[in-house]
Amino acid sequence: MSSAVTSPVTSDQNSRLSLLQAAMVVARRDFVAILFSRSFLFFLLGPIFPLVLGLMSGGLGAAAAEQANQARIALQMPSQDMVAIRAAHQRIEDELGPGRIPHFYWFDRADGHKELDPQEMLGDPSGRYGAVLTGTLESPTLIAPPEQMGAWRGFVAMHLAIAQGQQEIAYPALETEISDVSGTKTKNQRQDTAQLSMTLLFLLMMLLAGMVLSNLVEEKANKIIEILAAALPMDAVFLGKLFAMLAVSLVGISVWFGGIAAFIAIAGDVGDVQATLIGMPTPAIGWPLFILMFVVNFSMGYLLIGSIFLAIGALASTVREVQTLSMPVTMLQLFIFFFCMFTLFSGTAWLEVAAILFPLSSPFAMTARAAMYPELWPLFVAVGYQTLWVLIFIRTGSTLFRKRVMKSGGGGATKAGLSQRFKARFAKAS
Amino acid sequence: MEMSVSDHAPTGNAAIAEVSDVPLAIEARGLVKRFDGTLAVDGVDISVPQGAIYGILGPNGAGKTTTLRMLLGIIDPDEGVRRVFGHDKPHDIGRLIGYLPEERGLYPSMKAIEAIAFMGALRGLPLAVGRERGRALLERHDLGHAAERQIRQLSKGMAQTVQLLGTLVHEPRLVVLDEPFSGLDAINQGKLERMIRELADNGVTVIFSTHVIHHAERLCEGVAIIAGGKVPYAGSVEAARDRIPAQVRLETRQREGAWTAALPDNARREGDFFYFPLPESGIEPLLKQLIDGEAGIQSLSIERAGLHDAFVSIAGEAAALAMEEDEAKEAGQ
Repeated sequence: MSSAVTSPVTSDQNSRLSLLQAAMVVARRDFVAILFSRSFLFFLLGPIFPLVLGLMSGGLGAAAAEQANQARIALQMPSQDMVAIRAAHQRIEDELGPGRIPHFYWFDRADGHKELDPQEMLGDPSGRYGAVLTGTLESPTLIAPPEQMGAWRGFVAMHLAIAQGQQEIAYPALETEISDVSGTKTKNQRQDTAQLSMTLLFLLMMLLAGMVLSNLVEEKANKIIEILAAALPMDAVFLGKLFAMLAVSLVGISVWFGGIAAFIAIAGDVGDVQATLIGMPTPAIGWPLFILMFVVNFSMGYLLIGSIFLAIGALASTVREVQTLSMPVTMLQLFIFFFCMFTLFSGTAWLEVAAILFPLSSPFAMTARAAMYPELWPLFVAVGYQTLWVLIFIRTGSTLFRKRVMKSGGGGATKAGLSQRFKARFAKAS
Repeated sequence: MEMSVSDHAPTGNAAIAEVSDVPLAIEARGLVKRFDGTLAVDGVDISVPQGAIYGILGPNGAGKTTTLRMLLGIIDPDEGVRRVFGHDKPHDIGRLIGYLPEERGLYPSMKAIEAIAFMGALRGLPLAVGRERGRALLERHDLGHAAERQIRQLSKGMAQTVQLLGTLVHEPRLVVLDEPFSGLDAINQGKLERMIRELADNGVTVIFSTHVIHHAERLCEGVAIIAGGKVPYAGSVEAARDRIPAQVRLETRQREGAWTAALPDNARREGDFFYFPLPESGIEPLLKQLIDGEAGIQSLSIERAGLHDAFVSIAGEAAALAMEEDEAKEAGQ
């Protein structure tokens, strides 16, 4: 009697989907499902509201700030003194340029202004007066809080000196030559570009990466997760889901930026946006490559943080749990952003290396680097390094998922959420 | 009237392998799985010949789903080995396997035809082919009209059929069904039984778990009885039934008499009937004594033990009771 043998399958039957092919099956389904859902329209429209609000409040804020930032020195002096000081003020402003000297409020009694108590003026809740100049030209008194006194004392003294005719300042004719070369300026400008691009990267990640948290909750709620887990390695499922969400995010970004570009093109130079964009300092690797690297760094950053979010979200059973988890996750993102910002401005070499090596901050650090330094090879090496970490995170997440989530059938273990598991663990420990 | 099988057939894995003498689709040895220190599956051995219909029988919580998940590579065993068509990584031969989990699930906004094609794509079937085959399958199951309807627009039974068709669309050689009859009405249960038989007729190996013995008894050539994470029996259904002797049911006109001494010691009386296992010496000597003692035989039947009796004998009364409770609960739902 022959014993039973296990029959190996032939090579053509054995052919399986590669990790990438398998991931693409999942990604395609998710991408199409999200893109053709009604909620995607709301997703696209979402940032418009804060953008409009931002523009409006920005415009109002700018006007308010313009008003608020004007130096306010109230003058209460005899009329003839006031005339002399006005003339001195005009002369100084002509030489230094408008907006570069403190603004004066002229309380000329000849104009019908009443004498006011300087202390009351300074205590005015509207905060219009930062200092009060009283007395006469011969015996002036500047009344101001200490923080204003230091800043304005010199300016006021200069006004008074010119008004008193003590200084006859003769300004010599000065030849001027504009130089394009300035290491300081270049560094500062590139730092500005780095800062702006990192901020944009952070905002986009904050806006878009959070979606990944709840990604697997749908699968668990619909009970499809087991079909996916049985057919494909969980690595492929995770990777596919990340690809889909990244693609959705890139579509969203394209639409938003396309919309902004179209709006600027149609509406013209609203609020100097066009001029600001054109005037932005050129990054060290040039704009085309920088934009490409920005997209690459965004993608890598999204995959890195997304793979962690996906794993965390996969362990949650309900939307409520996901919402609870979103707070520490946001804090993590904020920490990474501030760490990178600090690194950029501190200029400390070891901190920069640390920011590049720490996988979650690496895309931010490399974006800053692309703005600051012209070498390309570190950017490409970093992409490889980040890819490695994406794979490590995905493998860790999928292993955790298989161990923690796929526990049993219709019984309680699968349905027990994170909180229940924590409670159970806590009860066990205590 | 059925007569008892006096020489028992071989039991366990060897039994079914010897009976079928065909290569194995699934082979598992000493599978162990613990969850948070709790033993969910404890040393399971299963061998399923290719082309067989094989049942995994046990009450809820016995370890059926965990065993199936280990066999399919959804989770890895802590100990032991599993091979599917000779491969210890079932995902490597995903194209050959179809799996219907216990908890049915589909994307509610997906159209039926897309759901089937997607499930095929997960197993490596091109989407276009999946759609083509999906339409044919839906037509064959009188669901052609539902092809373009979203899953959320289908009835529960229709959605379950769609999922089953998605499990089969890539024409797998091994189909694993976890509690496939759960939630189906009698008509759909009958349809599913026919589908399973049809698959087996086409050489497909079908494994299903169930807590309803009748399904296993009607369909399966082999069963693994699982209780408390252990498999006390795995082998052919016939061998399981042969583990306990046939039961004799005797009805007599006389209630008492000297002839009662001829009855086996373990005979029990229920109303007008005596029940006892068929004596090893056969029925003829007893029959002679009953006639000589003028018991007045009204009826005599020898019934071969059913799978339920075998289950009670193998897994114990408690497990059998749990199964009956599960069944009653499901019927109530």
